Amino acid sequence: MDFSVALLQIKPKLGRVADNLALIQEQVEQAIAQKADLAVLPELALTGYFLKDLVPEVALTLDSSEIAALKELSKRISIAVGFVEVTADFQFYNSAAWFEDGELKHLHRKVYLPTYGLFDEQRYLGRGDRFRAFDTKFGRIGLLVCEDMWHLSAPYLLAMDGATTLVCLSSSPGRGVDDQTLGTATAWRNLTTSTARFLTCRVIYVNRVGYEDGVGFWGGSHVVAPSGEIVAAAPEFDPATLLVSLTDAELRRERISSPLVRDENLCITLRELSRIDQERSC
Amino acid sequence: MSRLNINTKLVRRMLVGFLQDEIWKVGAKKAVLGLSGGIDSALVCHLAAEALGPENVHAICMPYKTSNPESEAHARLVAEASGVQFSVVGITPMVDAYFDQFPDANNMRRGNKMARERMTILFDHSALYGGLVLGTSNKTELLLGYGTLYGDMASALNPIGDLYKTQVWQLSEEVGVPKPVIEKKPSADLWAGQTDEEELGFTYREVDELLYRMVDQRADTTELVAAGFKPEFINSIYGKVQNSHFKRRLPVIAKVSGRTIDRDFRYSRDWGK
Repeated sequence: MDFSVALLQIKPKLGRVADNLALIQEQVEQAIAQKADLAVLPELALTGYFLKDLVPEVALTLDSSEIAALKELSKRISIAVGFVEVTADFQFYNSAAWFEDGELKHLHRKVYLPTYGLFDEQRYLGRGDRFRAFDTKFGRIGLLVCEDMWHLSAPYLLAMDGATTLVCLSSSPGRGVDDQTLGTATAWRNLTTSTARFLTCRVIYVNRVGYEDGVGFWGGSHVVAPSGEIVAAAPEFDPATLLVSLTDAELRRERISSPLVRDENLCITLRELSRIDQERSC
Repeated sequence: MSRLNINTKLVRRMLVGFLQDEIWKVGAKKAVLGLSGGIDSALVCHLAAEALGPENVHAICMPYKTSNPESEAHARLVAEASGVQFSVVGITPMVDAYFDQFPDANNMRRGNKMARERMTILFDHSALYGGLVLGTSNKTELLLGYGTLYGDMASALNPIGDLYKTQVWQLSEEVGVPKPVIEKKPSADLWAGQTDEEELGFTYREVDELLYRMVDQRADTTELVAAGFKPEFINSIYGKVQNSHFKRRLPVIAKVSGRTIDRDFRYSRDWGK
């Protein structure tokens, strides 16, 4: 169906869950007032990014009051949001939740936890173990958290699982200043547009803004059409709300003109992956 | 084009945003910095004025009796150009009172003492105005250890610590630092006629090209030699970076417990902000 998405490019406070929940609620209320059908927030929107030893202190169980508040809000608008999840056996995950009609419709635990350069996620967080597409009011969706998107197999699996819209929640630090545009921004836009084009999927990319210990998150949230064209983008470095209308017609048109997903041969892929796996295991 | 060339408009925006965000989030509005008359503090002064409004920036010039009078004149020029609050606090009485007890102290001890004297004045004014002390060390100095530990290296926030000197020159043009300050030879002004490049024994442009490849691009010696750098120069600079590393770290804490500060007690400084 045709729908309107609000990309909520916010500036969370590090470790202040109550403040961030209030900010998210306020922003989502505004998205509702603007007649958006879906609100998408960044990775770790409820907590901030460079948490380190704060991870256990800000983690939420799925039956927490914060999650209940977001569920309640989702009776009026669908919501995708990032937070730290703690399970009953005290595993901590960098998770993204999809709330719809007052329910937790889908939970994705970040699989690819960057642990290099300025990143140190695997020290503090557990690794998710699956990529699954799921049905929503807006068709079949694939949720990704930031670094997941940099692994070709992740959006590929979601598209093979039937997703026509990929939603990527991000906390991307800006760096690389020796060119016309910010290095990270260029890299991400190349990634989201190429992914959309390879998989003839829409890509909704929502990145945060603000600084943590000198690291500036660059924002620049955007929506990519299945053709690979960026249809709308939020400003870089400043908080913003970007409202974008998406139609099934554009998806249909692209899937007719570029039937790449139809022609993708899962059998060959699986056979070759099995072979590679066997050869590696020996 | 050298990879040291930066997109100055983009960097300006990132650094102004950095100052606003990091200062406002701790509930402060103001900043305090030492204005030496040199380009690094001039650049920080301009960035801070743009970020916080010039009325919220207190720039202090802290000359010693042997400081070049041109330095104070240039500091005034920068304060006028950026519109910030400006004052002069001389350090001669305090420094001389101390060295009366140690008349044989060499230039290094005297220079370090002066830098630390200035630091105490800045942090005192931080309390006076409720403003954060801004650091003005650039990446070249920080990597070479060309600064005084707990002196000019001490600050709450440093907007230019990830910019090489060569990049400081570029950004200074962009933000409107007065020409005489950009064009003069860099000097710590610790004694008459001192210039950084003479004291260091190489130019900033030479060492920045090397440091950029060594640090940012992680080039190995073979690659650096192939790029035209002399092995002695490479070794000497690598040694400087290595031997000054202690200046870039917090004091070492002896571990005896299960959770030691900064080793397994890890939080961002912006914890809760």
